[in-house]
Amino acid sequence: MTTHRPRFSAKRRSVLKGLGALGLGLTFLPRNSLSEEEKKLNFYNWDTYIGETTLADFEKATGIEVKMDLFADNDELFAKLKAGNPGYDVICPTNDNLERMIKANMVTPLDHAKLPNFSNMDPVFQEAAFDPGRKYSITYLWGTVGVGYRKSKVEGTVDSWKVLFEEPKYAGRIALLGDAKLVIGSALKYLGHSLNTTDPAILKQVEDLLIAGKKNVKVYADDNGQDLLASGDVDLTMEYNGDILQVMKEDDDISYAVPTQGGEMWQDCLAIPTGAPRPENAHAFLNYIMDPQVEAAIADFVQYGTPNAAAKKLMSKEYTDNPAIFPPPEVIAKCEPALYLGEDATKLRSDIWTRVQAA
Amino acid sequence: MDSWKVNPRVFWTLFTPGTFWLLLFFLIPLGWLFHDSFSDKISITETQFTGTLANYIRAFDAVYLTIIWKSVWISAVATALCLLTAYPIAFGICFAPAKWKPLLLLLVILPFWINLLIRTYALIAVFRTQGYLNLVLGWVGLGPYDMLYNDGAVIIGLVYVYMPFMVLPLYATIERLDRSFLEASLDLGGSQVQTFFKVTLPLTMPGIVTGIILVFIPCLGSFLTPAMLGGANAIMIGNVIEDQFKAANDWPFGSALSFLLMYVTFGALALRAFLASRSKGVDV
Repeated sequence: MTTHRPRFSAKRRSVLKGLGALGLGLTFLPRNSLSEEEKKLNFYNWDTYIGETTLADFEKATGIEVKMDLFADNDELFAKLKAGNPGYDVICPTNDNLERMIKANMVTPLDHAKLPNFSNMDPVFQEAAFDPGRKYSITYLWGTVGVGYRKSKVEGTVDSWKVLFEEPKYAGRIALLGDAKLVIGSALKYLGHSLNTTDPAILKQVEDLLIAGKKNVKVYADDNGQDLLASGDVDLTMEYNGDILQVMKEDDDISYAVPTQGGEMWQDCLAIPTGAPRPENAHAFLNYIMDPQVEAAIADFVQYGTPNAAAKKLMSKEYTDNPAIFPPPEVIAKCEPALYLGEDATKLRSDIWTRVQAA
Repeated sequence: MDSWKVNPRVFWTLFTPGTFWLLLFFLIPLGWLFHDSFSDKISITETQFTGTLANYIRAFDAVYLTIIWKSVWISAVATALCLLTAYPIAFGICFAPAKWKPLLLLLVILPFWINLLIRTYALIAVFRTQGYLNLVLGWVGLGPYDMLYNDGAVIIGLVYVYMPFMVLPLYATIERLDRSFLEASLDLGGSQVQTFFKVTLPLTMPGIVTGIILVFIPCLGSFLTPAMLGGANAIMIGNVIEDQFKAANDWPFGSALSFLLMYVTFGALALRAFLASRSKGVDV
């Protein structure tokens, strides 16, 4: 019987060759696969989107020093990682952008054995359409996109997207977000469809609705609808709940509602990008964030909705009963997260948006 | 000038770093975009060079032509206003006492020390419905007026941002103007108005052309000003390009649009060269 197993004879040359190969192999292996990871972590996050002492506390608990870089929007995050990970260990994409990154192999699967605190999450957030089985991500914070408005300038309560899309009463006092996905998604909800609809006929109706309603719109805001509302430039604006909450604190006349037709429920997620230099530290960080005390401190500071059931129990009534953070359950039931619909669907939405703006 | 032939080593020592810089950080990235403009998107993150003209053809869709046309006229109006306001300023600086000139020039370039975004926010604070201008107008019983979020606001914003680019080349030509020409014109019985239109203006034409180009081109590609000051109709071609590189994730089409803008720029530069050659030896 012949064997194909290589036999090593202790000839000097082959030993040297072997050692040489081994030496080369060692040199080209990433350092951390042999020794413990360096006590550092690069976190790429939104601005003012973490507790005041979270990173310092994490360093105290684990010795891992966190360096946090900030991005302004999902496009910036995506563009920066598109050509390869420049060295981030943890990133914070929004659900549909995360899904796109999963499809492009830009994030790596999580090792749930290293994330025991995941059990603290509300069951709703232990599963997600955009990341089945939460293989790649955990939800960090969540919220809605709805209507921020000045109570004294608006009749009755705001409960329909109609006020933004076809209500001549408020002509010239309306701002929409300058974001194709959000404007088209909200208009789809108003017309009674899923915001992930890709049917071109339905999207054509949305385009017509937006063009017809354009005469009432003062501005497509560059994510500063809350400032326009606070300064009195507009009386109604489409905005993220957290942004409106900021100005609600300073101005009692401002309120926020998610229309009863529902809207986008977004989830900012933590994930580990492909090529992260320190995946062990990244898992430790994710697990730490899901600790109820830690998460409660973050949610208390940034005032967005926590997906962490154990953390929510620790929060004040003021937070848990705030309808701008936690809309009524019947409205939430109508909300849905945006999915990544593929490049063609993205292009279709983008083209519609260009036509609406140019009309 | 052929002194570089005398001292080739000095020439190359001084010449190489700048050339290297331009090549590495300007021409290579630009070449990549040019390459991308003939490519197809094959996945979420990848493009493949196919030599396709589809991206350029798509740019001639009516919606983009409308937006380009709008960008051109907004830029043209902004440039004209820049010229009308900058010419007297440049003239004033040139004829100011020598000790004031450095200070006046400093004031012209001072806004560059502040980031464009911050300056635009400052404009918003001044012009918004409950802003400072309306506050002052309110004292005399006027307003408040809605001044922001329309094309006029975009034009005002562009004039404010790019005015220094008009003042500086005008200053440079007016400063070099031989004043004996003006005196001769006045001595020979020309009125002030005639002197201005028949002597001063033709002699400062090179500065005017340079200023127009320096203002018009960046106006054409601007995206921050229309995004922040414009209303629901404010979209300019710069915003479409930004959108292609960001939200739409379509770099090939964004590249093609960028290069179309660049061809317009080349056209403008060719026009400048043509005018310079006609200006009979006056150095631009």
